[in-house]
Amino acid sequence: MVEVPEHLRKRAEEARAKAEAAKAAAAGGDPAASDEAEMTEAQKEAASKIPAHLLERSRAAKAAAGGQADEPAAAAPAAAAPAAAAAASAATGPGGHTQRLLTVVKSGSIQDVKSMPQDKVHVWPHLLVVEFAAALFITAFSTIFSIFVNAPLLELANFNETPNPSKAPWYFLGLQELLTMFHPMVAGVTIPGIGIFLLILAPYIDKNPSNKPEDRKFAISLMTIHLMFWAVLVMIGSFFRGPGFNFVFPWEAGLFFEL
Amino acid sequence: MAIDTDDDIKPPLKERLSAQMSKLGNDIQGSQAWSSIFRPGSIFRKGYTDSPRNRSYVIMNSVMYHLHPVKVKRHAVKVSYTLCLGGLTFFLFILLTITGIFLMFFYRPTAAAAWDDIYTLQTSVTFGLLVRNMHRWAAHLMVLTVFLHMARVFYHGAYKPPREFNWVIGVILLTLTLLLSFTGYLLPWDQLALWAVTVGTNMMGYTPVFGDQVRFVLLGGFDIGTDTLLRWYVLHVLMLPFVAVIFMAIHFWRVRKDGGISGPL
Repeated sequence: MVEVPEHLRKRAEEARAKAEAAKAAAAGGDPAASDEAEMTEAQKEAASKIPAHLLERSRAAKAAAGGQADEPAAAAPAAAAPAAAAAASAATGPGGHTQRLLTVVKSGSIQDVKSMPQDKVHVWPHLLVVEFAAALFITAFSTIFSIFVNAPLLELANFNETPNPSKAPWYFLGLQELLTMFHPMVAGVTIPGIGIFLLILAPYIDKNPSNKPEDRKFAISLMTIHLMFWAVLVMIGSFFRGPGFNFVFPWEAGLFFEL
Repeated sequence: MAIDTDDDIKPPLKERLSAQMSKLGNDIQGSQAWSSIFRPGSIFRKGYTDSPRNRSYVIMNSVMYHLHPVKVKRHAVKVSYTLCLGGLTFFLFILLTITGIFLMFFYRPTAAAAWDDIYTLQTSVTFGLLVRNMHRWAAHLMVLTVFLHMARVFYHGAYKPPREFNWVIGVILLTLTLLLSFTGYLLPWDQLALWAVTVGTNMMGYTPVFGDQVRFVLLGGFDIGTDTLLRWYVLHVLMLPFVAVIFMAIHFWRVRKDGGISGPL
């Protein structure tokens, strides 16, 4: 046997005695409990606020079931009978049922499904392998290209000797090309400024929610024209402009282009 | 006793060596330092098995990889969709940072020293020419990949809600890339650099209302000179990369917040 410490055993005995006393008091006089037992079934049904036609139906069902239920109850062992009676008396609903089916709610009406399950893959290895290959490729490409092609380093900067033609870096040659057609403020500030501004505003201007190419022919055409506009200007500025920034053909006058 | 017989049944040297080696390997891979560097899921950790749990750990326990979610949509890993252009731009930025740090060791941003430093770098520094070439070509390539990335995003309609704001950040990054490339253009201080920048800054001088002020701030004076070189050097190696990194962080973070890259067409 496990030895129970003295003080714990005493405490347990006290608690047990207290519980027994409370039980005796409850059995001796509990007016509320006896009142409830005397309440008729009709009163209970009225109190439960069940519609009258349903009560009628349940009474009829109970009467029909009563005749049949007598036989199995009699055949059952004696011990089962009081238990069944107790269960029936504790029931609050009609027909001795403790639960009622109020309504059937379909899952779609109460579950708000916001996202459907998607076909997903683990980033490792599926994405990391692709990224690693891309990083490897770009590093290898830059290294090998740099082994064979040297970056230009012309002679020391000389303020007294302006090269002819003087060209901006290639990505600004479109702007420099515009300089031949417009006032410098228009070519160098206004047009590129508007271009950048429109580019930033693109998602707020284009309200078409579809991303399917067939639904956005106008947007795609506009962007293609825009990109081609700059690409052609940069090409002309890079390859077709010679001394004095005059138009030349590279196969006749040679290249005037440094990266 | 047992001590006497031990010498007689010693295994051959080869076996003892391999046993020692495997014990050494076990000791290293079982050590606390090893297991705290190679966290669960690492392929360098002893006993990596390919399970969904370990695949998730690889991402979660790595400071580099946890920029990614653990899982992405299947179509998002298709190279034919993104052409990896955004990723290539980022790799080029890293490559440019590394080669740029190397170049900084050999360069002084003064009109008197700049060109000579580049020349010495090319002729006397081991791998100097190669690293300078890489820096230059990677810079041009980055302008190209940023441009192509933008075109790709536009043609996929990936700037549409909920990704509008990330598109705005992307345009800012495009501008920063152009500025980074342009500020670097002056640094060799050769004829190409000087006159390209002269053309560029003259254009900026035509900004309405405060054109002269813009030009003065950019040049650090009324003409291109040694002050301009210092100014553009600081912009190129510190300020613009600093700003670009902040915008890149927001750009990548927003990709995840907006539910990964845009869906299949």
